[in-house]
Amino acid sequence: MPNKNEIKGTPAFIQGNEAVVEAALAAGCSFFGGYPITPSSEIAEGCAEKLPLVGGVYIQLEDEIASMASIIGASLAGAKSMTATSGPGFSLMQENLGFAYIAEVPCVIINVMRGGPSTGLPTKLSQSDVMQARFGTHGDYTPIVIAPSNVQEVYDLTIHAFNCSEMFNTPVVVLLDELLGHMREKIIIPDEQDIYIQNRRYPSVPPEFYKPHDITPDLVSEFVAYGEGYRHNITGLTHDEQGFPTSKPAEVQKMLKKLRRKIHAHRKEIIQYDEDFMDDALYAVISYGSSARAAMSAVRMARARGIRVGLLKLKTLWPFPGKRVHQIASEVKGIVVAEMNMGQMIREVDRYAMGQCKVKGALRYDGLVIEPDEIYEKIVELRTKK
Amino acid sequence: MARNNGVTRNGKAFLEDRYEIRLSGSGGQGMITAGVILAEAISVGDNKNAVHTQSYGPEARGGMARCDVVVSSNEIYFPEATELDLLLALTQESVDAYTHLLKPGGVLIVDSDFVKHKPDREYIEVPFVETTREKLGATIATNVVCLGFIAQHTKIVTKKSLESVLVERFPTKFEASNLKAIKLGYDLAKLIATNGNISGQLEESLETEIDRL
Repeated sequence: MPNKNEIKGTPAFIQGNEAVVEAALAAGCSFFGGYPITPSSEIAEGCAEKLPLVGGVYIQLEDEIASMASIIGASLAGAKSMTATSGPGFSLMQENLGFAYIAEVPCVIINVMRGGPSTGLPTKLSQSDVMQARFGTHGDYTPIVIAPSNVQEVYDLTIHAFNCSEMFNTPVVVLLDELLGHMREKIIIPDEQDIYIQNRRYPSVPPEFYKPHDITPDLVSEFVAYGEGYRHNITGLTHDEQGFPTSKPAEVQKMLKKLRRKIHAHRKEIIQYDEDFMDDALYAVISYGSSARAAMSAVRMARARGIRVGLLKLKTLWPFPGKRVHQIASEVKGIVVAEMNMGQMIREVDRYAMGQCKVKGALRYDGLVIEPDEIYEKIVELRTKK
Repeated sequence: MARNNGVTRNGKAFLEDRYEIRLSGSGGQGMITAGVILAEAISVGDNKNAVHTQSYGPEARGGMARCDVVVSSNEIYFPEATELDLLLALTQESVDAYTHLLKPGGVLIVDSDFVKHKPDREYIEVPFVETTREKLGATIATNVVCLGFIAQHTKIVTKKSLESVLVERFPTKFEASNLKAIKLGYDLAKLIATNGNISGQLEESLETEIDRL
């Protein structure tokens, strides 16, 4: 966590949901289409109030299918666009999320996670959409999913989400949870000139040579909005570099590979995580989102009792920092994965640990926040049990 | 990362420096707003760390409302209150629900008119709602009176910071009444500190003193 006194800017005491709105505006978002749903409603509320003041557009749609469609449309028309939702709405967005992925349309989806399945626990928290964010839409899909764990990170990582989305022409999902969405903390809103803003890459060629899905050396195509004199064909069908439908096996494979490789080739720019006390750790806790805050306390409780434990806090869930997790697993005796679901990220940790050390879950899924004691006990169990 | 925030390697500073406050009452009494004002005054005004969390149910209104403010001079990791240093409970329901979470030696403040079954431990009782009605003409500022009381009793926040949040966060037309309410809270706390009204019925002499405020 950066030392707050070192960052220049304006202090603000705001909720996670309010920080999303401030960050979106700073990133240049000018369109919000959504359907308010607890616990994300403050994001819609804030956008409804603030977007019109900067010449942006707020639309409340009839449902989340239309919300997702509207932000794709707005993005194709040249706007940086965003929607915000929670579990049930995120389920409805999945089909169009896949559309944005295959058609390479930048947009940002905020999912303030609540308990599920179905209507579940509207006002309580959970982190159970982690795998839906990874595999929710049909077909082979390589998403970018970001998970902040404090209000400052909500601000910083929402901007990162817009930047990734614009850089790689792809939808980016930000996972908050009810606790983080409604929690208030002091943050520093950086001065405008200190915020890095990425914009989509405008074509360097005349219209007749433009290929909207061109396979460039760095795999990122140029993007031109509708109405600018370029032909930008958009389809959900598997398409070639021109954007026209194809089912030729070689072209199909080439396109699917490109979509995956453009994320993987740039994962160093995308992936962010923090480490704490890892340098001499014999045990590791891996966590993210609100759970990571309890994990930070648990690690300190353990350190105070002489247990050498460290923390890997994920800020990007997908792409997963598998290489680092594999390395940690080779160095420690055991890993505790702390999350508020019945065990989702622990599968990925287990997969990359490859049996090099024990992996144990500190899981909670009753709508309440996981407490430091629960994680601490799992660390102790790892030490004592064979 | 966090090692530069005053947390020693053995975690001791983290374990010791934490003050947990829970404000509770029924929906509409302004407890959550009071928490926001308190936490903002502490973190932005006094430059300490404070985190505000709230809890509510799927009902639109009514029921219990509570919020937690955790205060520390270090970075705050776990944001919710689990071992309370101070509990303000304006209703019987909230006394019953949260008293067991108080630390030994934690401060319990209740509204003497609404909490009839007295808790089985040391507590401070103040007729917040009734005094606010009498002195300020309406009960709407009860939450601000409570804040003044807590500020004077615990010294967790400076009066200057509290007042500046009240002035900045609310429309100008409420400025005078909010500042009056804060002062009333401070005065109540001073009165109770000198007269002593811990774990007992309000004495008549104290009621007279309140009347004179």
